[in-house]
Amino acid sequence: MQRGNGRREDQRTERMLGALAIAVLVLIGAMVVTVFVNAWPSFSSNGPSWFGPGGNVDTQLRAMQESTPLPGHDISYFRAWPLIWGTLLTTALAVVLALVVSILAAVFLTEFAPAPVRRTLEPVIRLLAGVPSVVYGLIGILALAPLINHHLISTSRKQSVAYVVQLNGADLTTATVILAVMITPIMVALIAGALQSVPLPWREGSVALGVNRWRTIVRVSLRTARPAIVAATVLATARALGEAIMLSMVSGGRGFAANPLDGLTFLFEPVRPLAATIVEQSEGLTIAPLAHTVYAMAAVLLVSAAGLSFAGWAAKQPLKRHGIRV
Amino acid sequence: MEPLMPPPVRRIAVDRDPHVAPPAPSPNGAAASAVAPAQGRRRLTPPDPATVRERMRIESVWLAYGENWVVRDVTLPVRQGEVLALIGASGSGKTTLLRSLNRLTEITAGAARAGAITLDGEEIHELEVNDLRRRVSMVFQQPNPFPMSIYDNVAYALAEQRPARGRRRRRTPQLERAAQDALRRAGLYDEIATDLDRSALRLSGGQQQRLCIARALAANPEVLLLDEPCSALDPISTATIEELIVALRESVAIVIVTHNLQQAFRVADHVAFMHLGELIEYGSSEQVFDRPAQQRTRDYISGAFG
Amino acid sequence: MEAGGLAPSSVRPVVVRPRRQSSASWPLIDRVGYWLCWATGIALCLIALAIVVFMLVKGIAYLRPALFVKSPAPSLQQSQSGGFLDPIVGTLIITAIGTLIAAPMGVALAVWISEYARPRPLARIVESAIDVIAGVPSVVLAIFGLLVFSESFLGFLSQNAVNGSVYGRSFFAAGIVMAILALPLIVGSTREALTQVPDRVREASYALGKSRASTIRWVLLPSIRPQIASGIALGMGRIIGDTAIITILLGVTLTTQGVGGVPVLGTLRGTGSTLTSYVYNNSPAGEGNAPQKAYAAAFVLLMVVLALNALVTRLTGGHDRGGQLSALRRALTGRRRQWSR
Repeated sequence: MQRGNGRREDQRTERMLGALAIAVLVLIGAMVVTVFVNAWPSFSSNGPSWFGPGGNVDTQLRAMQESTPLPGHDISYFRAWPLIWGTLLTTALAVVLALVVSILAAVFLTEFAPAPVRRTLEPVIRLLAGVPSVVYGLIGILALAPLINHHLISTSRKQSVAYVVQLNGADLTTATVILAVMITPIMVALIAGALQSVPLPWREGSVALGVNRWRTIVRVSLRTARPAIVAATVLATARALGEAIMLSMVSGGRGFAANPLDGLTFLFEPVRPLAATIVEQSEGLTIAPLAHTVYAMAAVLLVSAAGLSFAGWAAKQPLKRHGIRV
Repeated sequence: MEPLMPPPVRRIAVDRDPHVAPPAPSPNGAAASAVAPAQGRRRLTPPDPATVRERMRIESVWLAYGENWVVRDVTLPVRQGEVLALIGASGSGKTTLLRSLNRLTEITAGAARAGAITLDGEEIHELEVNDLRRRVSMVFQQPNPFPMSIYDNVAYALAEQRPARGRRRRRTPQLERAAQDALRRAGLYDEIATDLDRSALRLSGGQQQRLCIARALAANPEVLLLDEPCSALDPISTATIEELIVALRESVAIVIVTHNLQQAFRVADHVAFMHLGELIEYGSSEQVFDRPAQQRTRDYISGAFG
Repeated sequence: MEAGGLAPSSVRPVVVRPRRQSSASWPLIDRVGYWLCWATGIALCLIALAIVVFMLVKGIAYLRPALFVKSPAPSLQQSQSGGFLDPIVGTLIITAIGTLIAAPMGVALAVWISEYARPRPLARIVESAIDVIAGVPSVVLAIFGLLVFSESFLGFLSQNAVNGSVYGRSFFAAGIVMAILALPLIVGSTREALTQVPDRVREASYALGKSRASTIRWVLLPSIRPQIASGIALGMGRIIGDTAIITILLGVTLTTQGVGGVPVLGTLRGTGSTLTSYVYNNSPAGEGNAPQKAYAAAFVLLMVVLALNALVTRLTGGHDRGGQLSALRRALTGRRRQWSR
């Protein structure tokens, strides 16, 4: 019985593993700190209006790339509103769409689908959840965008905004749809899993009280699955926010703030979310002002991701009161 | 062969009789008085004949799951004003029979039924199923309160009866009164009156089961089905619920399935003994426990099998 | 089942088999919900099948065995020339680097969080940090990585750019950042598995005089091997599928360009491409304009994902009645544990 050895071995292991944990912590901390430190110059020289509108984002970025400041402004001049607006639009619309579809589809999958359908659908959903985003981007730009271009956007519509922007099918609608399709499988998987684990006594008890099946699902099963729905939404929003590659392929690539006042044309105007912009500007990171701007965008993304996590945690707290496992 | 005696019943001081003297085991096969708990005053007073009326009728009912006939040719009346106990060993089909009374057997695929079950004269198969289940309520073996507040639990089925017009309307005075009534009838109101918004899962086991009974009573059912309601509870809660059952029998027809012979003896007015799907004997509880007509009944009650 | 003395055949009455509860008697709003559910379900089926079938058709149309063995070659006749050998090799290298770094680190971290976790506040912070990584977009990780690897003291991991500064983009760089990406999935899977091992197993081992480290090494970890493997498979899936890090950290050369003379190290310090960046480049959004090759490469990617999914199924199938959905859910959400130890 080598107690002495064992204890030393334990202490050694614990210290090693603890050091590893601290190293990881330091790494994350360093990442956050670095991003903010590098972002600061861009924020400080632009002030709060960094988030505001003012001019064409593309021209501003190009000015930085070529180191020639725009007339009347300094080299770090940047107004990110079109990008932020693009991010908000695509993320919010996609998540709302995906949430509705996912809840309905998850209910269908667990309650109404006949067994053979369920058996085929589950692996298919798993597959779709794992498909890389480039493939979705490919489908978007090669299949969906031309479809929208030819069938949904009439020539007159194109002409009506031709003086500002080209409509070519790579736009808000395509981006939203593909994004929604991309995040739905994971949400369906999470929500369906939670629905399946609703304890049978609750479901049986509700049916025995004369509550029809649909109402039982809504009032008992979905209610019990609320933590999972919240978690799925947070996860999906995080993925949508950070989606860079797919969106840079299908959303139109122009830093244009889609204008809802344009009516239906609004749906067909190109957008460019923050993450996609970062990818596209990644070449020029050696140039100081551009680097600072890009890091500023990354900082915004980081803060939103952290805010999302917190919102998810906060949304689950009230549910603990009634014994719903969160 | 000497019949085996069920263990003596020792009562915990909840009712007026402080205790019951455990019976001396009878040395020879005096099988006629085989039920030990026959000593001592029974909890039950016989039902008032004026309040007794037939609510449901089970006529030559056969029930099957897939190819197995689980219940064979059972005929029983269910009367308001008295408690009907279904007793029998495991696999005797008593739970299945109970569940067929509110068509809960239909949830299982492959269930089939033959024969007639009528509620107030109407065949239950003709009725709308959710309507039927509000008139014939069920309480399960394991207490299963929903993960909501106590009030929401009791009002759960009630709110369904009106078209839901927004969540805020849920707490109407009518619903409140109905919920309080149900809680009073279930004997739970006094204990929790101040705290109806508390989570139902925080109640003790006995309280949860009474909550389930209150929930079942909220819609004013005509028949209450109880599937071994006390088997998961401690003796004190069991005694409380048994008193409740006896008090409720005037207003609701009660059918209780129980494994516990002493419990059947304490609460039931009529007893139906089932074995392997068949109804072996049906009669008043005095008759079945003290003078069972069938040998198999005698064997079961004396504990020869079970 | 014969019992008692009844003769069933002569008295068996007409059998009524209950119908499925029809929704005809429900209130309108419930019926609307019911039909919406059905409609969404069917739409989901159709869209899912459409995507799968579309990719299959396009992929098979353009996939040729030659593509697997030829390197990408610049040419005017894009659709006829070259293949994606280099991208495949690139994917393999990146996945290997990422997994080799992330797997031991992930398991070690999970073990520390689950079995040691002292001091408590530190453990909670580490848990949160892992959650943060899980939520950070890969672009942010990528540009952070670029910043780090462009430091001169890390120049040995990549090469020097024309103006003397460190290029910062190489297989090493991309692989290391990919490891960070896969880490949360491995940690999540392993932790989940560890919490499911009952305490009595640990107690039995301690009672025999084994130290905690021994218990972990000889008892706990072997018993959760399938879950660790499935976590690694999930991490690999994430690595294979990510494009942003590749685009930013691998340089944009289609073929593998090694650096310096040393055989393996030279390649790892150099640039190249992976299947994902290949698809990106060949699509209308990238440089080339050869959708056929993009489809073919995308098809290969899909097959790889399918194979990984099947692997995860095999690994967790015996232990997990909920199927893959649960495995994914557990790895992604990683519930916070009660600190009972």
